[in-house]
Amino acid sequence: MNVIEAEGVTFAYDERPVVEDVSLTVEEGEFVGLIGPNGSGKTTLLKLLLGLQRPDSGTVRLFGEPTGEFSDGERLGYVSQKSTDADRSMPITVREVVTMGRYPHVGLRRLREEDREIVESALDRVGIAHLADRRINRLSGGQKQRTYIARALASEADLLALDEPTVGVDADSRDRFYDLLNELNERGITIVLIEHDIGVITEHVDTVVCINRELLHHGSPDAFAESDALARAYGLEGTDSRLPVRNRTA
Amino acid sequence: MNARTSFADLADSRRRLLAVVVGVPLSLLVLYAFIYGLFPVLYEVFWGATCGAVGSWLVCSGFLQRGFTTGLLIGIAAPIVGTYLVNRQMALIGEALAHTAFAGVAIGIFLGSFVEWQSLPLFAALVVAALAALGIQYISVHTDSNADVPIAIMLTGGFALGIAVVSYGVAFGREINSYLFGDILFVPFGNVQLMVGLTVAVLGMVGLTHKQLLFITFDREAARIARIDVWFYDTLLIVLTALVIVAAMQILGAILVAAMLVVPVAAAMQLTNSFTQGMGLSVVFGELSVILGILFSYQWSIATGATIVLTAIAIYLVALAISR
Repeated sequence: MNVIEAEGVTFAYDERPVVEDVSLTVEEGEFVGLIGPNGSGKTTLLKLLLGLQRPDSGTVRLFGEPTGEFSDGERLGYVSQKSTDADRSMPITVREVVTMGRYPHVGLRRLREEDREIVESALDRVGIAHLADRRINRLSGGQKQRTYIARALASEADLLALDEPTVGVDADSRDRFYDLLNELNERGITIVLIEHDIGVITEHVDTVVCINRELLHHGSPDAFAESDALARAYGLEGTDSRLPVRNRTA
Repeated sequence: MNARTSFADLADSRRRLLAVVVGVPLSLLVLYAFIYGLFPVLYEVFWGATCGAVGSWLVCSGFLQRGFTTGLLIGIAAPIVGTYLVNRQMALIGEALAHTAFAGVAIGIFLGSFVEWQSLPLFAALVVAALAALGIQYISVHTDSNADVPIAIMLTGGFALGIAVVSYGVAFGREINSYLFGDILFVPFGNVQLMVGLTVAVLGMVGLTHKQLLFITFDREAARIARIDVWFYDTLLIVLTALVIVAAMQILGAILVAAMLVVPVAAAMQLTNSFTQGMGLSVVFGELSVILGILFSYQWSIATGATIVLTAIAIYLVALAISR
């Protein structure tokens, strides 16, 4: 089954088009890297795919359902690019954050013992069990991102979406972070990841999606390396953005 | 598979509907029975025993018993709701709602010259503050302005309306003053009962929806992706705030009431790493501020609302010093 199906998705902020006529599918168990220059609409596209934004035209389906009607929030895990204001100032422990992953499951009822066990094992799995009682804003960037991954695991998400998770994380922790993602992917979690470091992406993912407002490449990393999508994506910056670009799929 | 899911959904939504249809009237009935049946008895027993044990005018006077009770209830409800608000950078919303509630009080007192009901001003304040709460929510969703713009408009607009009604109506004198600055000696028993109802309602709602409120406080985007109805819980929180504000206004006054939502919470946040612990601690600080504030105010004959707020700020400064 396809986890994500986007068809002709177009979105504009006011009159300025940010994403234009993007169609793509993400299959179950795929590890997709989403790349493009700054301001190319990567983050907006990811938000459209998750249903955080509604496309002006076109449709997005999550697990076969239109995003507007999709209600299994627990199936989606999200790790955003920047810390929220709250996680910089709010006193909240790592365990409390990870426990939020159980909230879509429990609704208004109380947390049960099994919920707490799932939280503990999620903490364990990403290697931050020893930090569980620490305040989240005292953690390093890499540890914070692991916390959010653990929240997605506690939620038992099938789809993990990450928006530049390793910005400001040192190279060593970044490698270990990608090892963790690969491990989760091997266990069947579908991953869509925005990353600015193209070298890192091609090393770890199954599929590269390259956009600059429009879809420029959707295929394997090898095909991407051979194509001219990269040059076109980055070369388009500063030139007439209405230049017609033919879609290229591998 | 799809058919089964939709049957399950249907059964689930039926169960939910049943829970609402049966649960809401039932809990209202229980609440009513508690406020008008059990609570007055408990109240008599508690203060009878306390007065017998301590034997001071401070706990034996009916005025102060009512004031103390109201204060203690405020010390629970206000910091709990305030914990969400402070962590969402919405500390001033209480202030705005308090000023619109003041307009409600003025309208209530004005109507009170036609209708005989002692709690009418408070009830009117409740209605107006709840409407204002929904108004702020509506403006912040439907305009691009920052949250502080609708808050500033509501704050000044509410107060202006209150003053307009006061100046148009008959001389209100002491009663208006008691709602502006708070007056611990001016809490009729009916208001104490209203206060109990509000506190129980607020605690019940927070108990039921704490998880959702915490999620939208911490990470709205992730909450939306988890398909939590952010708009609904935003609205719920702001309406709960309005309820607490109106309840607390009798003692602290419209001008000072927001302090109880903010200051004990700010103190607690200095001393803890955990949100839930912080919430518990803020209630402790809230109670401490109320009790010490009332005692100091009695000791030195200073306005009670002011001493409660000053005590809370003193606790905050101590917490700040400890956390450094």
